[in-house]
Amino acid sequence: MNRHLISAGDLTRDDALLILDTADELAQISDRPIKKLPTLRGRTVVNLFFEDSTRTRISFEAAAKRLSADVINFSAKGSSVAKGESLKDTALTLEAMGADAVIVRHSASGAPQRLAGWVRGTVVNAGDGSHEHPTQALLDSFTIRRHFGRSASSRAAASPADGALDGLRVTIVGDVLHSRVARSNVLLLHTLGADVTLVAPPTLVPVAVGSWPCHVSYDFDSALPKSDVVMMLRVQQERMNAAYFPSVREYSRRYGLDAARMAQLPDQAIVMHPGPMNRGVEIAAEVADSARSTIVEQVANGVSVRMAVLYLLLGGAEGES
Amino acid sequence: MPAVNPAPGHPGLASSPASAPAPAGDSPPASSPAPASRKVVLEPAEIRRALTRIAHEILERTDGGAGTVLLGIPTRGVPLARRLAERIEQVEGRPMPYGSLDITMYRDDLRLRPARALGRTEVPAGGIDGAIVVLVDDVLYSGRTVRAALDALNDLGRPRAVQLAVLIDRGHRELPVRPDYVGKNLPTSKQEVVRVMLTEVDGEDAVLLGRAADQPPGDPPPGDQPAGGTGAGRSRG
Repeated sequence: MNRHLISAGDLTRDDALLILDTADELAQISDRPIKKLPTLRGRTVVNLFFEDSTRTRISFEAAAKRLSADVINFSAKGSSVAKGESLKDTALTLEAMGADAVIVRHSASGAPQRLAGWVRGTVVNAGDGSHEHPTQALLDSFTIRRHFGRSASSRAAASPADGALDGLRVTIVGDVLHSRVARSNVLLLHTLGADVTLVAPPTLVPVAVGSWPCHVSYDFDSALPKSDVVMMLRVQQERMNAAYFPSVREYSRRYGLDAARMAQLPDQAIVMHPGPMNRGVEIAAEVADSARSTIVEQVANGVSVRMAVLYLLLGGAEGES
Repeated sequence: MPAVNPAPGHPGLASSPASAPAPAGDSPPASSPAPASRKVVLEPAEIRRALTRIAHEILERTDGGAGTVLLGIPTRGVPLARRLAERIEQVEGRPMPYGSLDITMYRDDLRLRPARALGRTEVPAGGIDGAIVVLVDDVLYSGRTVRAALDALNDLGRPRAVQLAVLIDRGHRELPVRPDYVGKNLPTSKQEVVRVMLTEVDGEDAVLLGRAADQPPGDPPPGDQPAGGTGAGRSRG
C-alpha cells in the first residue's frame, strides 16, 4: 500500500481487500464494553477540514480515538486560514506540531496531493472538491460486501471467492458531475470486480466519463430491475453555479428514487446514500427509512473502515509494505 | 506459511525468502533442500499424546473445567485450542467453550515492521468475565505475545484467572512469564528456528527444529529486542 490515501484508484485489489478484511475485524470493537485499542498510542492525527463536514470528520475522529491516537481538529473557520494563511503554511505549521497523519478535506481538487508533497506524515484524502473521497468508497464497498455475504466472517465456508464484489451490479444515480463519491466509487467498485452503471441527466455527466470503467445511462427506470445496489447521490446545489436541470421537481420526477421505483428493484437489492440527504429531491423519505436502506449502517461502517485505513497506514513501520 | 521463530535479534528476517522455510505440503521436511537443516522434534503421535496430557492437566487444575474458556492465539494457537476442547469434551461429556484471541493490535513491535493483517477474535457466547481463561499458543519464546494477550484480555473483560498452555516452550524469556501447561520443553539456542506445523493450517502435524542458515551469527544488536517473526509465523512469546 502507498503511504498516503489520495485516490481510490491507487488501491490494488489486494490493498482494498486487506482494508475491508481489517475493517471486518475492527467492526467487532464497537460491540465491546471497551471500544478502544492501544495500537496508535502516541501518534498524532490532525483533522484538517477546509470544508464543512459532520459525519466524515466525526467518523475519522472516532476512528483515531478508538485506536488511541491523539486527535487535533482544525477547521478553517476561526483559524489563521480565515486570516489568509495558505495551505502550504498551514501544512508546515502542522508539520512543526508533529502530525503523524493529516486527514484533509478541501474544496479544491488536488489539495491532498499537494499536501502530501509538503508534509512528512501520512495524508488521507477526506474529500477534495469534485475529485475523490476514497474512504467513502471503501465504506460503501464494505457495506455492500456485508449485505451480499462476501465479508470475511460470512464467506469463510460458503464461497471460494476472495471477498471481492465480482458480478454485483451497482447503479450510481444523480449528480455525478460534482460528486467525488461517485468517482471514487466507480474506481474502487471496478477494482473489486463490480459492474457499475452511472445514471444522470446529460448535463450532470462529466465530459471525460468515456474513460471511466463504467456504463452510462440516462434512463433510471430501465436500470432499476438490473441493479443489486442503487447508490443515490446528493444534488450538490452549493457547487452548482449554472442551471443543470429545469427545476428540482423535474429532476426529482426523473431521477429521484421514490417508493414506486424502489418496487421495481430485485428482491435482494439495497439502497445507499452517502449523506447528507435531500429528502424529497433525490430520495423520498419513505425510501430513505425503508428496510432496504443502508444509510445509517453506512455511517457505522465508516468508523470501522477508517480505523482500518489509519491502522494500515500508521500502525506499522515507516516505509512500504 | 508455517510458524517461524527466529532469533529475537532479527525481526523480519524469517519473512525474507532466503530464510523462510519451504511452504507446507512439500517433500518431507527433514530431507527437503531448504537452506536450513532441521530435524523432527515431535511426531504426530507425540503431538497427540502431549495434547491429551495437557487436556487432563487442565481438567485437574480447573476442577473439571467448570467455568473455563480456552482461547487460542492465531494462527496456530486456534486449532490447538479446538483440539484441547475436543479432548476435554470427550473426557467430561460436556462442551468446553473455546475461541480465539488476536493480539496483533497489542503487540509491542508494531512499529518495527509494516502493518500486518489482523487475525480473528472470537470469544464464546458466555464471555470471559469471572471465567478461568486458558490461553493456548504453539510456541512460548520471549513472552511478548503472552504479555500482549493479557492486555487484549483486559479490554474484553475480567477473567477470574488466566493460565497459559503451550505446545513447545523453547526458553529465552524476555518477560516474567511462565506457562502452566507445556507439551514439550525444548532447549534451543537463539539462532535456531522452531516450526510448528498443524494439519488444519499446514496439512500435516510436526514440530521441527532447524538452524536458520542465512541468519548472521552473533548476538542481536541492543535495542532490537522484540522477538521477531513473520506475518505468518509470528514471534511467539
